[in-house]
Amino acid sequence: MTKALHPFQFATATYLTCICNQRATRLAELQRGLAECSDASIFYHTFHSLRRHHFLTEGFSDDFAQWIMAACNLAELAEQLASLDLREYSNLTSLRNDIRSRVAGYCQAFPERAQQKAFEAFYFAEAIEVTLPLGIEAGTLEEFHQVLGKLSNASFHFHFVTSRLRLHLRNNDFSLWLSTALGLDDLAQRANRIDLYTNTLEAARQQLLDLISQEFAA
Amino acid sequence: MSEPRRKPRTVHMEDYVPIVGAPEIQELHALASRLKGRSVQMVNSTSVGGGVAEILSRLVPLIKELGLNIRWDVMTGGDDFFEVTKAFHNALHGAPYEKPPESFEIFLAYNEQNRARLEMDSEFTIIHDPQPVALINGRKDRTGHWIWRCHIDLSQPNPKVWDFLEPYVLRYDGSLFSSPDFTHPTPIPQYLFYPSIDPLSEKNRDLEPEFVQGVLERFEIDAKRPILTQISRFDRLKDPVGVVQAYKIVKRYFDCQLVLAGGGAADDPEGGKVLDEVREVSAGDPDIFILDLPPWSALEINALQRASTIVIQKSLREGFGLTVTEALWKKKPVVASAVGGIPIQVIHKHTGMLAHSVEGTAYQLRYLLSNPAFASRLGRHGHEHVREQFLITSALSRYLTLFLHSMDHS
Repeated sequence: MTKALHPFQFATATYLTCICNQRATRLAELQRGLAECSDASIFYHTFHSLRRHHFLTEGFSDDFAQWIMAACNLAELAEQLASLDLREYSNLTSLRNDIRSRVAGYCQAFPERAQQKAFEAFYFAEAIEVTLPLGIEAGTLEEFHQVLGKLSNASFHFHFVTSRLRLHLRNNDFSLWLSTALGLDDLAQRANRIDLYTNTLEAARQQLLDLISQEFAA
Repeated sequence: MSEPRRKPRTVHMEDYVPIVGAPEIQELHALASRLKGRSVQMVNSTSVGGGVAEILSRLVPLIKELGLNIRWDVMTGGDDFFEVTKAFHNALHGAPYEKPPESFEIFLAYNEQNRARLEMDSEFTIIHDPQPVALINGRKDRTGHWIWRCHIDLSQPNPKVWDFLEPYVLRYDGSLFSSPDFTHPTPIPQYLFYPSIDPLSEKNRDLEPEFVQGVLERFEIDAKRPILTQISRFDRLKDPVGVVQAYKIVKRYFDCQLVLAGGGAADDPEGGKVLDEVREVSAGDPDIFILDLPPWSALEINALQRASTIVIQKSLREGFGLTVTEALWKKKPVVASAVGGIPIQVIHKHTGMLAHSVEGTAYQLRYLLSNPAFASRLGRHGHEHVREQFLITSALSRYLTLFLHSMDHS
């Protein structure tokens, strides 16, 4: 069993939600809010939303799409936003730009719909992250497999989802370590392809555990 | 009925492992490890009765078990003080404020009295609700971290009262609100702190099926036919008459029963009137069960929720709506009005169904009765949603995160 020179250090993140003094009661106001809100707010309503609603695998992607669907009843735009895959983004600026351009395009095409009052307001919020090393490390694939099986959803999300924003890569902490520390490039790539939208976090973790088990068997 | 006010058994962090998972509890210990020995003080205005006291009575021992040096103080005051604070409470919800100008002096005098009586030197001080808000006068040279926890809807306060309270609120380092809908714009940070339920309390813990069956038999409810339930005190804002109207529409299509269970009619003349109105619109229908229960009926309420096919919360106005949280925790499909904190809990078509009228409520009930597999999926997702956001363990995590964040940014 290959032992890594640099063991994987497991950590977790908890979040405080800060409510901004900014809200939208119609799509046109959401459009303005998207231009003015902080990156922490974009993070909260997309990456963090995925964690809060990880148990939903059907028709739910982020807070913006959900509000546009449920409160504004604009299925077409909701679908456009829902199709954005967070795994494709390694920074919040490009994610914000893509959301903004879709919303702006829709508002321009259907100005009267952009002014329709929503059933309920959208409140912009920010996620304030507090990270915490768990004091657990793995030096081999076997140790990694053992710890992964006992990891919380919060820790898994931290390493597997939000890591893209820290790494500024279309990659996650686990895949990066598997590739660079253990030389398991194929396993790393397969891990990075696990679909977070059709799986709950538990199911995604189970898939990663299964991939590692297959690696042991190979 | 269950016994009145049994002393709850002491629960420990490890008791939550089977409910939320060992890694989640380990993480709470890890979060707390950086806060070991740090002093925390919670101050509110009542030690028993009311949601705040109930939450604190369960939260404080757990924070202590995690190694923080926590103290819970209850402010004291005469009837004149509590009359003023009750008027404040109503005014902050938008009602007129009719008290004389001296009422503000009464408020400040009792706050000052309590400031002199209480030791206010903890590193983290959490002041709950408006009653003790002026204790901030006890803060020495901006030391420690002072946070105001507002449990009420402050979105449209009466300016007469808010203009008086606001200067005190603005001296805090931050405020905590149960919903973004309940906030009032201020320059201090406002954090989202959902209320929580304790899955080990009598209201929420698992029950033996025999006990549930026994409760149904006692109230002569038929376990074999669908049961629609609303648990709420008899109050116009909970729209029990609207619930009966919705049920009557559903009844044309399904042989179902309606349970309206709650309290508040015995000691509230308005509640008594509402109860009479509900009885009047329900007269002659043996499948409507109107249960005016005493306050110590937690186990019976728990059993009724568990026995329900669908839980309804057709409020016209609502706080956070913890009865919805309780129903979701019990994996029940919920049909509820989109008011107060309900839309945070009921994500339409994902964790429950939202409705905006009697007819809409009836339609959603019929849809769920026709589609039991979908109803069951809503129940499962609702349970997960509560586990993720609205359990006491999440509340613990939020407090610990708040303390760590405050510490790191002081």
